Amino acid sequence: MGVKGKESTIVDPKIAASTPVSSRIGAVLVVGGGVGGVQAALDLAESGFKVYIVDSTSSIGGVMAQLDKTFPTNDCSMCILSPKLVECGRHLNIEILTCSEIEGITGKAGDFKVTVKQRPKYIDVEKCTGCSECAKYCPVDAIDVFNEGLSERAAVYVKYPQAVPLAYMIDRDVCIGCGLCESMCLADAIHYDDQEGERELNVGAIILAPGLEEFDASIKSEYGYGKFRNVITSIEFERILSASGPFRGRVQRPSDGEIPRRIAFIQCVGSRDTTCGNSYCSSVCCMYATKEAVIAKEHQKDVEPTIFYIDMRSYGKDFDKYIERAKEEYGVRFIRCRVSSVSEDPETKNLRIRYENEEGKIVEEEFDLVVLSVGFESSEGIRELAYRLDIELDEYGFCKTPIFHPLETSKPGIFVCGAFSSPKDIPETVMQASGAAACAEGLLSPSRGTLIKSKEYPGERTIRGQPPRIGVFVCHCGINIGGVVDVPNVVEYARTLPHVVYSEANLYTCSSDTQKLIKEKIEEYDLNRVIVASCTPRTHEPLFQETIRESGLNRYLFEMANIRDQCSWVHMHEPEAATEKARDLVRMAVAKASKLEPLERLSLSVIPRGLVVGGGLAGMTSALALAEQGFQVYLVEKEKELGGFLRHIHYLLDGSETKKHLEDLIEKVQSNKMIEIFLEAKIEEISGYVGNFKTAIAIGEDREKREVEHGVVLVATGGEEYHPDQHLYGKDPRVLTQLELEERLSSKKFSGEPQNVVMIQCIGSRDDTHPYCSRMCCSEAVKNALKLKEVNPKSEVFILYRDIRTYGIAEKYYLKAREEGVTFIRYNDTNEPRVVEQTSDEGGKVLAITVFDPTLGEEILIEADFVVLSAGVVPPKANESLAKMLKVPLNEDGFFLEAHVKLRPVDFSTEGVFVCGMAHAPKSIEESISQARAAASRASTILARDAIEAEGVTADVNDRRCNGCGLCVLVCAYNAIEIDEEKKVAVVNTALCKGCGACTATCRPAAIDLRGFTNEQLVSVINSF
Amino acid sequence: MAPTEEFEPRILGFLCNWCSYAGADLAGVSRFQYPTNVRIIRVMCSGRVDPTLVFEGFINGMDGVMVLGCHPGDCHYLTGNYYAERRMKSVKSILEYIGVEPDRLLLDWVSAAEGERYAAMVKGFTEKIRGLGPLDKEKPVEELMQKLIAAREAFAQHRTRWLVGKEKEMVEEGNVFGDKVSQEEFDKVMIGSLRKEYVTNRILLSVKDDALSAREIANRLGVPSKDVVRSLINLERDGSVAVAEVSDSSPKYRRI
Repeated sequence: MGVKGKESTIVDPKIAASTPVSSRIGAVLVVGGGVGGVQAALDLAESGFKVYIVDSTSSIGGVMAQLDKTFPTNDCSMCILSPKLVECGRHLNIEILTCSEIEGITGKAGDFKVTVKQRPKYIDVEKCTGCSECAKYCPVDAIDVFNEGLSERAAVYVKYPQAVPLAYMIDRDVCIGCGLCESMCLADAIHYDDQEGERELNVGAIILAPGLEEFDASIKSEYGYGKFRNVITSIEFERILSASGPFRGRVQRPSDGEIPRRIAFIQCVGSRDTTCGNSYCSSVCCMYATKEAVIAKEHQKDVEPTIFYIDMRSYGKDFDKYIERAKEEYGVRFIRCRVSSVSEDPETKNLRIRYENEEGKIVEEEFDLVVLSVGFESSEGIRELAYRLDIELDEYGFCKTPIFHPLETSKPGIFVCGAFSSPKDIPETVMQASGAAACAEGLLSPSRGTLIKSKEYPGERTIRGQPPRIGVFVCHCGINIGGVVDVPNVVEYARTLPHVVYSEANLYTCSSDTQKLIKEKIEEYDLNRVIVASCTPRTHEPLFQETIRESGLNRYLFEMANIRDQCSWVHMHEPEAATEKARDLVRMAVAKASKLEPLERLSLSVIPRGLVVGGGLAGMTSALALAEQGFQVYLVEKEKELGGFLRHIHYLLDGSETKKHLEDLIEKVQSNKMIEIFLEAKIEEISGYVGNFKTAIAIGEDREKREVEHGVVLVATGGEEYHPDQHLYGKDPRVLTQLELEERLSSKKFSGEPQNVVMIQCIGSRDDTHPYCSRMCCSEAVKNALKLKEVNPKSEVFILYRDIRTYGIAEKYYLKAREEGVTFIRYNDTNEPRVVEQTSDEGGKVLAITVFDPTLGEEILIEADFVVLSAGVVPPKANESLAKMLKVPLNEDGFFLEAHVKLRPVDFSTEGVFVCGMAHAPKSIEESISQARAAASRASTILARDAIEAEGVTADVNDRRCNGCGLCVLVCAYNAIEIDEEKKVAVVNTALCKGCGACTATCRPAAIDLRGFTNEQLVSVINSF
Repeated sequence: MAPTEEFEPRILGFLCNWCSYAGADLAGVSRFQYPTNVRIIRVMCSGRVDPTLVFEGFINGMDGVMVLGCHPGDCHYLTGNYYAERRMKSVKSILEYIGVEPDRLLLDWVSAAEGERYAAMVKGFTEKIRGLGPLDKEKPVEELMQKLIAAREAFAQHRTRWLVGKEKEMVEEGNVFGDKVSQEEFDKVMIGSLRKEYVTNRILLSVKDDALSAREIANRLGVPSKDVVRSLINLERDGSVAVAEVSDSSPKYRRI
């Protein structure tokens, strides 16, 4: 498949100073193979760049691979991550360097030379099949780091069972060199003379995704971590919850394996804590603790979880709903306090927690298990990396990035994503990863496609009219299969089956020499269907499909029988029954294979232009990011000028002004020849599909019509400030919103007398009509409070809040506000503040605010010159019609709903449509910019191709049977089916069809069949059993 | 303890063909008298004496076991006796761990010329065992048998056997990386490995018929419950045990 190289039309002057456009290297180095690094690598490789991933551990996957479930959807972490890891591992243009560190760097943006040091693994990654025989016999017990020290592993090990690459390595720190593993290895993969290696990589850009470390909980000695066996960290508990963890997902405590009934979670361990130097908020702990509490309860219904917290920071999309469910459905108890100490009963190993409750009373409570919600922090290794690359870090050791360039390090050509730049969750990391990829793509777009490989295959043999000639290859998998299943027996049996003309056993069917052998046998026996009976098609089918494709067979003429993962491994003590089952599985595969037909993968052309809906910060940023990559962009804005919400933001938390940034951005967009701007424009109709959209736009006062064609759509329709109808707003001029206050502060209307100002949080947020958190209002209030204090230090500022949600680095400014005398008073939803106008002692009319102060235990009255309402963010009304036109969903709150909350945060399940900025959910400037760049990066994986190849397994309509009832249209999740109203038949757009078969299973007259899983094929399999 | 005159220890001796067996022959030739309690099995080399054979002896009712070889440096097969020495040291450490007096196992050297020494040795060992009393003085016998079987199994594992075999090379000459492993470091791994296998096998035997919680197993075995938990984790992963039921808040494991 071809990928285009395009001339970039605009060049950042900072970068232009470095390397001439023509000599930029079309390769990118990604440092860190966690979910961020993996996403960046896939985006880059898919849009025409060679990628190297360097990871310091033995496989990619990072922290996410350790997690059990992910919030707020409780998705299985490994299940959603693993396909991306496998894709990375198999990608022709991604090279993974494990056990590797960056040694040094020379050169500049566009042309870096990076020295990478590779520690010896003592096991040949190419030869190792991951069969685990070596680890089974290794006599050394090492601590299993992946299971957070809760279980043991051998000195020869693989990080986790689904690791990519799935190759073992020897841990020289604990290995005593006995040589047993070598004698056990049937693949001859172990070589003890392995040496430290060095590689020099020539890349045009670098993306840093090294992540962060967990806080060392033993530093907070009052909690007893390391002293008391039943005090564990949240990541350890995550492993306990995991089905692949030490207790197989049962909640058991380490001291005696008993099921703990009373589990306490202590929040902010190593976060929001100046005593350990980490005064920032780690952003994710409130949610993960709640998730762990919920999952623990799901796994063991007797568990009674209690979460001890300071503020509940569930600020993300649909997070508050999750907290509510935890409380109501799962009975999770939330106690607002700081825990002072944990002590252990030496007899029972139970733990006593001492804390001060909200009424100021000291309480002691006993628990069976205590989980410490540890925060993130920088590490020595990360500081070392920063030093070697000569990039600046901030006061906490996070990567320093400017607010308007959140993905750029202090060194041009080196970009950053994920927790390294500040603590963040998985979707934020994934967005930044794609965003950083877009930065690299923008810099290197002239060199796109120069360093990538593409595979050439021989022409496909025609098999039409030939009777099936099936070859069956049965794998011993060392002794993984052969030790249980009687493989020779299965091989013999396969020969007796109809259409099988050849069958043999292999020690490892997946080894490269066996691939050669399979190709020889295809030729020798004129095979036209191939079956491999071995492990799971989920990991190995693509490999074998490629093998038969290299022999000129269509890749769909392949079938697998899973006689390891689903047979030998699960029936280890019943060899005879396992052999019987393996024979059955092979027979069923033969039945399917004899009915297989070659399938075609359709090629669809792509219009290399993008449509961006919305001219605010996100829309402009994504339009520029696409233009930087050489793609033409149509930018549609409903107002008369560009700028959106940002026009109302005048300064930032650190006090710096935004005006210049906004003006620069607008200037850049307006002067870019690749961007065509439509102002006062309205989208009237969108038709087509990925690669080929057609959109009708009405422009200006006189609704001038324009029709444009484009390959992708980026939705950046933004958000609006909620218009309050409470607390005298609109009735009394002294009641303002935060944006109105900001307007006055920036136009110096507040420079006079000291003022008494009361701010009320959560107006139009977290209430019955707006049950979500607007995320930015706490920071906004703190920002304006600080500004009021700056203008006149004698001003009294009160902030009435429910939870202060200054997550991440913003916590610093919350602390600063407290130091500068801003008074924070907490209220709860049953005790909301009341605002009335009354006559003051001096006889003037003042605003009087009554609020219950929980620390005093009584109602207090505050007189104020101004009341400022922290109004939330609401979605624009127009989202509804746009969503309908694009056939994409909105969530309950009216924001656009992405394809997957965790790993596809800017994609829709409708291909070729992306979302960014506040159209997705309320978010900060940095977050909007990151997401906007991410959307551009995801879009470029489509735009960079001449054509996209559709999947071969797709639905197929039999026109004579179809009566055009439209049931299939209804069930299709991808909008891939339409009814041809003239002919009254369903028409499948194979470009959009994902081959799920929902339509086939729904179709009333059996008119839609699914290629590759046809009714005939499936019936044949069932009958053969 | 039973009165000594009523207790006749049963002792098994493994003697190497070239030295100790020859020494025993010489004792006979020399008419040196010694107790009748010992039965001899001839092996070509003390290095052949598999630790499992020692346990097999105890399991079959022996009160003491002797392993006798050539003096250091005299081995017919050059190094067999060194292996024997290291192995028996491990066996002793496990005997101690399971509560059986390590003195019930004797490792010593007898040359082909030391008939008298051999006789004295047998006498002394027999008296020692008589003093220690019957192996099964400890009740119940079933538990002792379980311990011994588990210990035998610990030595039957591939990895412990490999270590047993490789110890000398690794400590004295160097491991696969050419580095010498200190005796201390090796012993740590070796003993750790054995103990773990032992605990694992004891657990397997304990949960063969009854479903037990980690705590119950720990009480029964007299080992720390956290060690039991660790072994259970591994056993469950290997598919050897599974949680059969959860009573109150205690998951109970059973062999599968």
